[in-house]
This record gives sequence, structure tokens and C-alpha cells, in this order.
Amino acid sequence: MAIMEVFNLTKRFGGLAAVNNVSFEVREGEILSVIGPNGAGKSTLFKLISSFLPATSGKIVFQGENITSQKPHTVARKGVIRTFQETTIFRDMTVLDNVVVAHHLHSRASLAGFFFGTRIAREDEAAFRRSAEEIIDFLGIGPMKRELAKNLPHGYLRALGIAMGMAADPKILLLDEPFAGMNAEETDTALGMVRGIRGRGITVLLVEHDMPAVMKISDRIVVLNFGEKIAEGKPAEIQENEAVIEAYLGREDEELGI
Amino acid sequence: MTRNRKMMIAVAAVLFYVVGVPWLCAGRNYYLGVVTTASVLAVICAGVWLIFYIGRINIGQGAFALAGGYAAAIAVSKWGLSFWIAMPFAGLASMAIGILIGLPLLRLKGVYFSMITLSLTETARLAAQSLKSITNGPNGILNIPLPRDLSIFGITVIPDFATVDKHLALFYLGAVLLVVTYAALYRIVNSRLGWLFRSLQQNEDLASSFGVNVPMLRVIAFAICTFLAGVGGAFFVAMQQSIYPATFAVQDSTYFMLYCFIGGLSFVFGPLIGTFILYMGFEVLQGFKEYQPLLYALLMIGVMLWLPNGLLSLRPPKFLSAKMPSRPASGGDV
Repeated sequence: MAIMEVFNLTKRFGGLAAVNNVSFEVREGEILSVIGPNGAGKSTLFKLISSFLPATSGKIVFQGENITSQKPHTVARKGVIRTFQETTIFRDMTVLDNVVVAHHLHSRASLAGFFFGTRIAREDEAAFRRSAEEIIDFLGIGPMKRELAKNLPHGYLRALGIAMGMAADPKILLLDEPFAGMNAEETDTALGMVRGIRGRGITVLLVEHDMPAVMKISDRIVVLNFGEKIAEGKPAEIQENEAVIEAYLGREDEELGI
Repeated sequence: MTRNRKMMIAVAAVLFYVVGVPWLCAGRNYYLGVVTTASVLAVICAGVWLIFYIGRINIGQGAFALAGGYAAAIAVSKWGLSFWIAMPFAGLASMAIGILIGLPLLRLKGVYFSMITLSLTETARLAAQSLKSITNGPNGILNIPLPRDLSIFGITVIPDFATVDKHLALFYLGAVLLVVTYAALYRIVNSRLGWLFRSLQQNEDLASSFGVNVPMLRVIAFAICTFLAGVGGAFFVAMQQSIYPATFAVQDSTYFMLYCFIGGLSFVFGPLIGTFILYMGFEVLQGFKEYQPLLYALLMIGVMLWLPNGLLSLRPPKFLSAKMPSRPASGGDV
């Protein structure tokens, strides 16, 4: 069952088509990776799907509903949650507070309710906190929960970003290069994390550079090059695919007789 | 610090203000007037601070205070409404203008937002000057009556200001505005709304990624900000019994920003402390009056260089602090 379908998605910046006529589907409960060489349009595709960029043309359908070019917070409300690359977190809040704040969509009380401290608002606060603690422990950053986010080591920052994504109760979680800049050991931990997220019934779409990690974790892979989809399939198929090898290594006849 | 201690300190401060200050200023109406003016400037300034709190710099608060002032003046002198209706009306009128201007304006970030707001005060002054049929142009609206009595079910809640000591009555009106504003501001900052505002301040994209309606929250903050400006503007109409296009000038708008800086941008009571210290300081040091802009400018540079978190950061009194990052969102269990 497809949870998300992308039809002929195109994004042009002036004359340049950063994403050109890309179509694929994401199946419920799978881990789908989008890969491609530098400048292939991965990041643009990621922003289009999470509605941080409006598409030039094409359509994104999530659970049967057209969500193309809606506002990021509306799409988030429907369960499409993105995380950010690198260190996009609330630097001056503690780890726990970061995740508590990210529970925004669970609020039953109104903002006025929170202002006056109604019973529902107080129950909400307590529930956010319990849930945040649970997510933090699940991702293995429990010992760091009282640290200011800006003081966290790199690997933990990535986990914090993912924790905030999970706090929003995603149906599909979009991870932007979750393994970038990690050593082998950190990558293994992060791989476990992503598998754990899927284990909770969350569909995962990730955009990634790190080939070995992608091959290990993905159910299926979509390959982009120069903004176009050049291949789609299981990791083993992708590894054998001529077009993919060409895109990554260059055409053999172009090489200067090495 | 426990809730009870905080409560006790707040009650003591309020008691000192409403009993101690009039006693100290007894027979010296000039000084009482200075305190009264400072208290309502602090109310207007609270709005500017809230906009700092969502990560924008509003240098146009004077425009909204002027709009509120005119709204109150017109309501009282042309429509014959009671001041007690005119004041909330002025707040709402200023808020309506704020929302209309804020919707497009708040999409701008950083210096662009500030530059536009900087021009707002001058725009408001020119508008007040040229819309003669509404504002009476450069002559202003004069001889506005003092607030009359307010009776509910035949019981006089507030006496007619003309029949009592006008200076003391205005002082208490200012005191009520001051206490209510800062109590509400404290509550906002320490409720979930405050957490959301802080999340906007730090990263709007991240906030929208987990479903926060960022544009709406920005407008809510701006609505609160401009409401306070309108109410404050209405107060000065009652106090001065007149309003001119130059009642609030660009200078005033920049002073509001400076008061926030001096007090401390991360403390709820920062704008209050900043306003009282700077405004009263200069009223007392009359001789320096002509150098005021110069000294303010130097002070501003000095604070930014050496005291970027404001006066309250000198010895951070925890109970005054709005943002205690090391404290968990929903009460500590440490």
C-alpha cells in the first residue's frame, strides 16, 4: 500500500530544473532512500515533499490527499514530518525541552487554555513531558536530557533532531542525511535508531550520501541524477544497475585510459 | 525559588509601589507624574519586548501608541464615550491596525522588518497631520476631559478624576495597567505560548516542521504588542488631556527599544526595569536633558558591548528570569 505518491514532480530555479519529472511511491512501513551524486536534486526533492519549497509542477499525494504546495505546518499536521540536516535545534533549550516543545501537535488545550492553566492544559504538559522522556530514552540520549542542546556532541544532536521529529507523531518521517559526517560506529548506532523508528510503524523516507549505510538499511532505493530519476529498486538491484554505476563512476569511455 | 517565595516578593513589590511611592512623592506632584509616566511607558515597552522575544526588533511602537491615543481622543471628545470604554477601544483599534500591517510585515526578517517599523512612526505622524477631518491636523485634539466616574449597578467603582487628586488617580490607573500587563506577560512567557515564542525566536523553520503555525503566532505576538501600545497611548491622552501628531515621535519608538536592551531581552521584567531606570534617571538629572539623545546613544553602544544581556543579567535574580534554559518545561523533578 502506498502511503505517499509523487507524480511528475518538477522544480525549476530559473532555467535550471533541479528536480525534473520525478515520480515514485513510498509504501507504508518501508524505509525508502533517495540517493544520487552531488547536485542530483536530492535536497530539493526533500524540501518539495516536506513543503518547505513550492513545486513548479507535479503532484504529491499523501494518504489519498493532494498535499502539493501546502504550508509546512499544515503538512506536518497530517503526519508528514521532516528533520533537518546538521544542527538545526533550539540551541538554548535543554534536550528535554526541545522534545517537549515539539509535541505541539498533541495539544488539546488552546493557547488561551495554556495561558490560564486549565486542567486540560496541565494534563497536556504532563503528557508531553512523559512522552518526551520516553522518546529520548528510546533514542538513547536519556543521560543528556538536562544538557543545553548547544553543548551536545555531534551524534547526539542528530538523535535530538530525530527525537523532535518523532515527538510530532509522524506517519512518515523524512530524514535529511541522517548519517552524514558520522564514523562507522556512530553510523551503526544511527542505523539501529532508524530501524527502531520503523519498528514503531513509522514509514521512513531518507535522503542520504552514505552508500554502505543506505545499502544496509533500505527496503527500496530511488536514484536521482541531474534532477531525474534514473533507477528504482531493491538495494541489490541498484548495486547492479548500469545507469547507477555510470552516474556514480562516470562513463568508462570518458576515462583517460587508467 | 518556590512559588510561594515568588508570590511574596511580587506582592511586596506591588505593595511598595502602590503605598510607598505615593507616600514618598506626597506633595511633590512632579515626581509622582514622572513615576506615572514611566509606569505607562513600561506598559508600552512590554509590547516591544514581546516582539524581541519572537526574534524581531520593533522600532515602530510609537506609531501604535499614537494610533491608540487618537482613537481614545476621538472616542472621548467627538463621540462622547466614557474614557473607560475609550481605553480598551483604543487598544483594540491599535491592535486591528497592528494585525493589518503585521500580516504582510511580519514575513520580513531581521533588519528588513526593523527598517519598515522604523518608518511607521513617521508615517503615523504624517497621517495624523494630514487627515485633518479626523485628527484635526497639526493643531491636535485639545481640552480632552479627564476620565469620569465609572459606576456598575449604581456603585461607583472609579471616582470622577476631576473630583479627586488628579495626580494620584492617574498614578493608580498607571499602576493597575503596569501590574496587569506584567502579570499577563509573565504568565505568557511561562506558559506554552512562551515556549512557542522562544521556538520562533530560535528557529522558525524548525518550529513549523513540527506543526507550529508560525505566521499566526507572529501575528498573535504583534497583536498583543500593539494592543499594549494602544492602551498606553490612551492613558497619555487622559494624562495630558491633549494629543498632537508629535506626541509619539521616532525618538520615542527607539527609546522603547533601548529600554528593552538596557533591562535585558531575556527577562520579563527587563523592559520595566529599563524604562524606570532610564526615564526616571533623566527626569531627575534635568541638567543633562539636552544631551539625552547623545547619552542614550552612548549608553546603547556600551550596553551592547559590555552588557549584551541587560542590567538584569548583572546578578541574575532567578525569580525575575523569564528564560531559564536549564529548567525543564513542565516543572522540575530534580
